[in-house]
Amino acid sequence: MTLRPGEPVESVHASRSPWLRPNVFTGVVGAAIGFIIGVWIGHRVGTHLDWVSAIDQNDVSVFGGYAFGTIGYLAGLGMLEYPLRRMLGRRPVNVIKGERGIWRYLTANTDHKVIGLQYLWGIGVFFFIAGLNAMLIRTNLLRPSPPVFSPGQYLTIVGLHGSMMVMMVSSIILGPFGHYLVPLMIGARRMAFPRIEALTFWLTPLSGVILMSAISYGGFPTGWTGYPPLALQANAGMDAYIFAFFLVAVAMVLNAINLMVTIITMRAPGLTWNRLPIFVWSMLATSVLMLLGAPVLIAGLLMESLDRTASTSFFIAANGGSPFLFENLFWFFGHPEVYVLALPGFGVVLEILPVFARKPLWGYRVAVSGLLGVALLSFMVWQHHLFVSGINSNLRPFYMLTTELISVPTGFVFLAAMGTLWRARIRYTVPMLFSLAFFFNFLIGGLSGVFLSDVPSDVSLHGSYFVMAHFHYTIMGGLIFAFFAGLYYWLPKMNGLELDERLGKLHFWTMFISFNSTFLPLFALGMMGMPRRVNTYAPHLQFLNDWASVSAFALGGSMLIFLANLVWSLAFARRPAASNPWQSRGLEWQVPTPVPLENFDEVPTILAGPYEYGDAQAPPVARLGGGPIPATAGD
Amino acid sequence: MSLPSSTGGNSDLPLRRVAVIWLVLSVIGVLAVLFGLEPHMPPGADTAQAHEQRIANTAIAAILMPITIGVLVYFVFALTTFRQRGDVVVDGPPIHGDSRLQATWVLGTVAIVLVLAAYGTYALFTTESNAAGSGGGQGPTLISSAPAGSLQVQVVSQQWEFTYRYPQYGGVETTELALPAGRTVVFHVTSLDVIHSFWAYQLGVKVDAVPGTDNVADVTPKKVESFTVRCAELCGVWHGAMSGTGQVMSASDFAAWIAQQQTAAAPVIKALPPYHTIYYPDPVGRAG
Amino acid sequence: MTRRNRIVTLVAGGAVSVALMVWYVLSWVVSFPSTVRAETSNGTASVTFQTVASYGHQPHPDWVSYLTLNAQHQWVHSTVVEVPANSLVTITIENYDGASGLRNPLWSQPRGVVGGTETVDGKPLTVLNPDDASHTFAIPDMGVSIEVPGVADDAPNQCTVTPCDHSMAHRTIVFTIRTGKPGHYRWQCFVPCAAGFPNGFGGPMQTMGWMDGYLNVTA
Repeated sequence: MTLRPGEPVESVHASRSPWLRPNVFTGVVGAAIGFIIGVWIGHRVGTHLDWVSAIDQNDVSVFGGYAFGTIGYLAGLGMLEYPLRRMLGRRPVNVIKGERGIWRYLTANTDHKVIGLQYLWGIGVFFFIAGLNAMLIRTNLLRPSPPVFSPGQYLTIVGLHGSMMVMMVSSIILGPFGHYLVPLMIGARRMAFPRIEALTFWLTPLSGVILMSAISYGGFPTGWTGYPPLALQANAGMDAYIFAFFLVAVAMVLNAINLMVTIITMRAPGLTWNRLPIFVWSMLATSVLMLLGAPVLIAGLLMESLDRTASTSFFIAANGGSPFLFENLFWFFGHPEVYVLALPGFGVVLEILPVFARKPLWGYRVAVSGLLGVALLSFMVWQHHLFVSGINSNLRPFYMLTTELISVPTGFVFLAAMGTLWRARIRYTVPMLFSLAFFFNFLIGGLSGVFLSDVPSDVSLHGSYFVMAHFHYTIMGGLIFAFFAGLYYWLPKMNGLELDERLGKLHFWTMFISFNSTFLPLFALGMMGMPRRVNTYAPHLQFLNDWASVSAFALGGSMLIFLANLVWSLAFARRPAASNPWQSRGLEWQVPTPVPLENFDEVPTILAGPYEYGDAQAPPVARLGGGPIPATAGD
Repeated sequence: MSLPSSTGGNSDLPLRRVAVIWLVLSVIGVLAVLFGLEPHMPPGADTAQAHEQRIANTAIAAILMPITIGVLVYFVFALTTFRQRGDVVVDGPPIHGDSRLQATWVLGTVAIVLVLAAYGTYALFTTESNAAGSGGGQGPTLISSAPAGSLQVQVVSQQWEFTYRYPQYGGVETTELALPAGRTVVFHVTSLDVIHSFWAYQLGVKVDAVPGTDNVADVTPKKVESFTVRCAELCGVWHGAMSGTGQVMSASDFAAWIAQQQTAAAPVIKALPPYHTIYYPDPVGRAG
Repeated sequence: MTRRNRIVTLVAGGAVSVALMVWYVLSWVVSFPSTVRAETSNGTASVTFQTVASYGHQPHPDWVSYLTLNAQHQWVHSTVVEVPANSLVTITIENYDGASGLRNPLWSQPRGVVGGTETVDGKPLTVLNPDDASHTFAIPDMGVSIEVPGVADDAPNQCTVTPCDHSMAHRTIVFTIRTGKPGHYRWQCFVPCAAGFPNGFGGPMQTMGWMDGYLNVTA
């Protein structure tokens, strides 16, 4: 049965019960089988290596289990059928796309809208687990001494919180909104590589579970940075961190290629670069960061895993390696990574602001160059993490300059927002409140970064709670607030139900106040000399720590309000949303709710930019479904 | 701050009042930073290096204050003035931008950034006591040479305690850190195992301890005091407990203290390896 | 099954599995070695440890470890000891492990103990050859550090499975410390004795209940 060109492909699974088709449960079974095989093979290999057999920790076997488990999982999900059949010259099975009901969310579906929602719920789970870890951290810090938890356990909680937030939650905007909205916003019916799109999602929960499995191997002590030689001493839980981060990095590269190709090649006719929604621009800029940054991380993690399993010494100074090598590789990825967290947030809030200001995005080109400028500069700043590390100290002025320069393109984003608000007709909806809070938080987060870019200041603040407060203001105050802005804004389109506005506002105000109340004192704690990642601290710091802990519990409580809103609105109230409840010009709002399977009956023709509010002459954003072209479609 | 509107002038808006509010708040803010916050800015003024860090922290806070207040005042003004009440959706004027304002913003932010970077670079390479480097780790060699007669102190970092070696005093190694006041100290920070970071808060010294690396920083303690020493880089399970206090004492007290240490440690000095800037203890191969 | 029931089943299943995961994490997080109370008589407390080359039981049979003698004279796998404040505490360490050598020879001199010396098999020790160190018992915040010399490699009747007893080759170290104000003081070993881990400082050296512990000084 060879494939002829143009021959329609069809699903060979259609007649089977959904339980027997490839789905997440068969994936779990496959993962378990693969894991056992991998552990067995790794054990066979490992017992012939004397450095492994000397201890009861066999890293070769752990890595083997994870690697084969991943293959088994993907096989169980049906991911391997297509490439294998193509390799054997067989007719490929149809990708599951048109399926309705709950099963489409439990399979490797290739509809970008299904994948967007899978991302939303999948990442949401990890966001809450990682948030729970934060609650445990703050519980431990309620008193200076003795620690509540065993020190090793505490470090693992810190590591799980940080790693889970950076690995899984980093794509909390890019995953759900990037995948759901980019094709809709550019007038496409799908992403460029739908199977790769499904793969990137399904790697995410797998890497999350692998990361959590660290605790059954004794946890890992390194936090999210994974610095050797500490990482080389660590229990086998470190292997879980390495492998999970490796999978995330692979997913990042694949996501980046997919998004870039989609945005560059699949825009509808008339969607010029000048009309591209700012959110799509932010996805493009983020893709550049992921494509160039993540491979460097993969290289660093590979070396680290070889140091742990194969007795190499990339990072062992006594044997000719250097711990600096990992620090450089890690932060060459790590600093762009923090902009992978920040740029999608910029995109979301700049997308939402014009809608509720009822004005065009002010300085569109400035905003776009801001996003691209941040992306470019972020590759030139990584050594500001290493100002006191002992790397060539004469390089520091250069990194000081580049780091401070990055505030210029970031300022463009603020300028665009401030200009958009000028003489606007502002409506304080829940998405707008979250967007505005984003600017307040990011202002504090961004400006506190200036202290850390200046070498003399950084000497006093490096490695302290000041740094911690700074990046929580940019990531939690930026990314997470932008995520909630986007969620309240787009969820009515994504699942066709309205979220309760009063609960939404309650959620916003509790979250905004408790967030600031949690993290502002941490700046002071850092200035008073409290280092990061400690489980005991000086007694005179207790009041501020208790204040931060109680506020953090309130912050956790605000998340429960959000959950209550979600359950109430989606399970009980179930008020259907209008197809364009915010009167937005965005192309994604011009399609019906729920969005049809192929998005558009006919590829739309884009007639104008998405932000032409207040211009009576402006044509509608696009011609959908074969209507006549309006006479005003000038440019 | 004047932005154009589609309707011509902005005489309908209280822009002058907003500008005055910004100016007043900025002046108050800057004065509060310079005179209210400055004495509390980390890490103090007990050494030239610490003082310089305090100046940098204060200067940056003072420079950022008008910017922060300006953005916040603008947001408060815009969010209250341009609010649309009721459920009716009305479009605003279709303003797409203003190239003059954009250019001004770009040039302004670039200028501020260049000033900050130039100031930081200047502060890094020159300090009041000619001890460049601001107390941070400077790699194997100091940016500027330390004065003759400096005290060399090696910080030997290990899991999970800092110990200190005084090569000019027979290579004696101690578990406590004592420094004489008024004499430049050159810290040579190295590690025997994983990455640590030697942070002497009141001295304004923070130096990463990297195995196989001699990371140097200099400082001149002026005041007789005890200071906090903490590890500032995650180094394993007891990182949170890796802290202690050091003591700056008078020169005569220091001479007595070091002599006492040499006597007390006499049995163990013979066992110590010869002084070296870095040590490569056997990493204990994987076979144990 | 209707669509609604299927959704309910799946959501409930998902919630249960998330709850199980959270429970698993939490139960691991709160695990902590039990506390052993020191024996007190006539105002002095006494604590007895044994140090073994390999614990011999799950979860880590190959890991080096300390064990503590409790009031019922049973060896428990714990390193958390409760002692009275402002009093003398005599600590006895029975070492059944061979020597592996100090990384920093500074720790070869007893410090912070009453009388400045410890006794090894009844003989006072002022300094130990760093290569003969098997373990140390150090309480950094009290300034206490004492050395535990190893059993000769060719000694007969080496202990392999815990608990070890006096019939097997061992060294006995006795020293006295004076406790100060109440608090939780960490203690650790400074000999890189965790075989198989780079720098000998992984695994048991970084896990509570093996080569690290707390001295809980209570009023």
